[in-house]
Amino acid sequence: MHATSAVGTERVAPKAGQGSVLSVRDLKTSFLTSRGWVEIVNGISFDIDAEETLAVVGESGSGKSVTALSIMRLLDPEMSRVEGSVRLADRELLTLSPAEMRSVRGLQMGMIFQEAMTSLNPLQTVGKQIAEVLTIHDRYSGQAAMKEAERLLDRVRIPAAASRLNDYPHSLSGGMRQRVMIAMALACKPRLLIADEPTTALDVTIQAQILQLIKQLQKEEGMGVLFITHDMGVVAEVADRTVVMLEGRAVESDTTEAIFERARNGYTRALIAAVPKLGQGSENGPQHFPTLDRKTGIVAAARERPDTVRREGEPVLSVRNLVKRFDIPGGLFSGPSGRVHAVEKVSFDLRGGETLALVGESGCGKSTTGRAIMRLIEPQSGEISIEGTDIRALDKERMRDMRRHIQMIFQDPYASLNPRISIGDAIAEPFLTHKLGTKAQAREKAMDLLERVGLSADMASRFPSQFSGGQRQRICIARALSLEPKVIVADESVSALDVSIKAQVVNLMMDLQEQFGLSYLFISHDMAVVERISHQVAVMYLGEIVECGPVRAVFGNPQHPYTKRLMAAVPVPDPSRRKQLRPVNNEEVKSPIRPVDYVPPVREYREASPAHIVQVWGDDWKV
Amino acid sequence: MARYLLLRLGDAIPTLFLVLTLVFVAMRILPGDPALAALGDAALPEQLAEFRERMGLNVPLWQQYFNFLGGVLTLDLGRSLLSNTPVLTLIAQNLPYTIELTMAAMLMGIVAGIPLGVVAATNRNKTPDTGVRLFSLIGYAIPDFFLGALLLITFSLNMGWFPINGAGTDFVSRVHHIFLPALTLAFVKAAFLGRLTRTSLLEVLGKDYVRTARAKGAKENRVIYQHGLRNAMLPVSTGLGLSLLSTLSGSVAVELVFNRPGIGRLLIDAIAERDYAVIQGGVLVFAGFVVLINLLMDLVYVVIDPRVRVK
Repeated sequence: MHATSAVGTERVAPKAGQGSVLSVRDLKTSFLTSRGWVEIVNGISFDIDAEETLAVVGESGSGKSVTALSIMRLLDPEMSRVEGSVRLADRELLTLSPAEMRSVRGLQMGMIFQEAMTSLNPLQTVGKQIAEVLTIHDRYSGQAAMKEAERLLDRVRIPAAASRLNDYPHSLSGGMRQRVMIAMALACKPRLLIADEPTTALDVTIQAQILQLIKQLQKEEGMGVLFITHDMGVVAEVADRTVVMLEGRAVESDTTEAIFERARNGYTRALIAAVPKLGQGSENGPQHFPTLDRKTGIVAAARERPDTVRREGEPVLSVRNLVKRFDIPGGLFSGPSGRVHAVEKVSFDLRGGETLALVGESGCGKSTTGRAIMRLIEPQSGEISIEGTDIRALDKERMRDMRRHIQMIFQDPYASLNPRISIGDAIAEPFLTHKLGTKAQAREKAMDLLERVGLSADMASRFPSQFSGGQRQRICIARALSLEPKVIVADESVSALDVSIKAQVVNLMMDLQEQFGLSYLFISHDMAVVERISHQVAVMYLGEIVECGPVRAVFGNPQHPYTKRLMAAVPVPDPSRRKQLRPVNNEEVKSPIRPVDYVPPVREYREASPAHIVQVWGDDWKV
Repeated sequence: MARYLLLRLGDAIPTLFLVLTLVFVAMRILPGDPALAALGDAALPEQLAEFRERMGLNVPLWQQYFNFLGGVLTLDLGRSLLSNTPVLTLIAQNLPYTIELTMAAMLMGIVAGIPLGVVAATNRNKTPDTGVRLFSLIGYAIPDFFLGALLLITFSLNMGWFPINGAGTDFVSRVHHIFLPALTLAFVKAAFLGRLTRTSLLEVLGKDYVRTARAKGAKENRVIYQHGLRNAMLPVSTGLGLSLLSTLSGSVAVELVFNRPGIGRLLIDAIAERDYAVIQGGVLVFAGFVVLINLLMDLVYVVIDPRVRVK
């Protein structure tokens, strides 16, 4: 250590950090931008002890990932500047030479990332990639390293580890890949594991598995864990202590219990209040999220919401026995080699002013169902009728007219707005395409809609790049509304948004339902949001609806084993449950790919309670 | 794997057939009479008729076409209208020189180009990078016949370091003879590959798995070569195929400038003399190479990218 910097660090590192695995004091990180140095993290301090988990939680742009990368010193040294003190077991890291720092990375601290797919080298077998850490730090070499890699794969509960060793990352599932990443990070038994949103890209049942695995391994190895996340539910599940970040600053730092029960900071309270929790469904149907002021933390109680469902008359949207299968192409001269049964005999009704949620994990067919209803893809068979008109029988011309009544909002508000068209024009475009009025009327309509979705009319001439993610999603909603549709298919429309923004957009969608009598087909994997917004819910698994009915009935009294598993996997924002190791099913999400000659079995359904329908399951569900 | 190979080969056949047809049509719509060209203005009508009959030029076009296709299938490409040597023999005599030149140029281009790209990428926006980018610009801009002539005048005529023409006999003299022509072709290759490697490596170095490698504590060399360059080679290998093709066509001009034997020269001479059979044969060889190289590139992809293997 250089004498000069030793003096500098002595001053900012109080004795409190002594003995901790990691001790961070007054960490400041700046990036070199076209406007000069911009501070991204300004003065963060925390300690992590052995066997302790510290969560750094914040919304996008809060600087939480940059904090993690600063500690690992993985930021480009030419484009970034890290100041303050980072001590790993009483050794200052920020003053180490690059070579010394390399011997710390991988050996004394390991890191796992959000996207396991892109974080693994696609051209190397997973065995080789794990063995690499061992050889870099001279733990093992050659065959012995491969042998150890196999043992590590086994440790992260990958079945048949020996046979997986020579697999390439692309042939593993998302959960398996993250297990490989964990095996790699923990290969040299580091004192500290940094996990940067490790479960954000995973399905909820797989997330539960990975969180459980990290907890178990932490217990066995006695390491400290720095857990970066945006999800308060995950925080409650894993963290002993929590640092809440906002705009590069730690606004609050305390034990997780204290943060959840008696947060002092307004923003923390707002963040916690915005977390969708299961079991908050009301007797009276969907309810608004309570809204909180970010800065003051003052709660504006949600007002009672009237019942919007029109029960008499025929349903707005009625789907019967919808089937969509995709062939997997075989060779040039042979037929298909397999078939994806994406949607298999799906039926449901959606009434006026009602919200029906389709929930399930990736590959369950919920998005395909939405797209088939829009006829963006042609289903193989089934009936789709909108107010009694069978839309599958319509020709192109009449289908275009019909699309007026059924509009879609997508997941990514960045990708679904053309960056070169002003938002006013974007909102007016469908109105003009369908020749519903003059240009002046279209402009007026666009301005009115902007006001209705909580933006202001004078923003009409701005371009999408000038808006945040939440604002863009509001613009997408306004665009969908310009045709005055009866049904809106919302495909994971709030999934990409930060919690506080998510709550606002969900509230907005409910307000619009009241004003326009809209019906929503709400496609989501987020059970807690679904519970808030929906009247009815249909749980999908491998292309089929396994359970459906009123939200309160299905979530309050789940019948099908899959629904139960899904419910059990949802993180509960209640830190008191953290110490329990919950029984977690280590099964992978099954694939809907079947042999070409597969004939789907005829399903039977029974009624668990009025309108609550459950598929009768077979032996494969018996444990 | 074997099935994949067969499928790719199956794709190549129609391409080859199309090329054959194009060559045949192109030859027939050229103005001028090959018999006149071969025998000269003073030839008697009987001599011309006899020549046409011997060369199969007196039957209807469609029949000429089928004779031509049949000939290709039985590897009988006819005889040169001028020297009466079988075209196959001419090709066999000249092809090794062209292959030799192409291979030497490729080798020089790869050996220079890829390291240049790595140096540029790892020193982004610094002097070495600027140097490599400037070199690439010059390499692209300068035509190979001009560069060839320049090298020939400087190093062979003025300095006398290299022979002026021919291809040499024993190994040492062949290397001596091939150096300047190969360098001429390699110049643009190095420029192209250097730029491609730079872009591709820069992109790969920003990938998550490169960050993972650093998080493992890997040394910078290991990060760049094991994780970076191997992945960056995927697009570069496609570039190599394209570049091999352009070297082949570039060899025509270079063989002419350096007065080397080769398919390119054979073709140019044949075109000047309207020697149909030889032109057809020469173009066929080039077309065959294009198809073969494309096939090879597909196979290389299978070998280096495990993600292609499953399909």
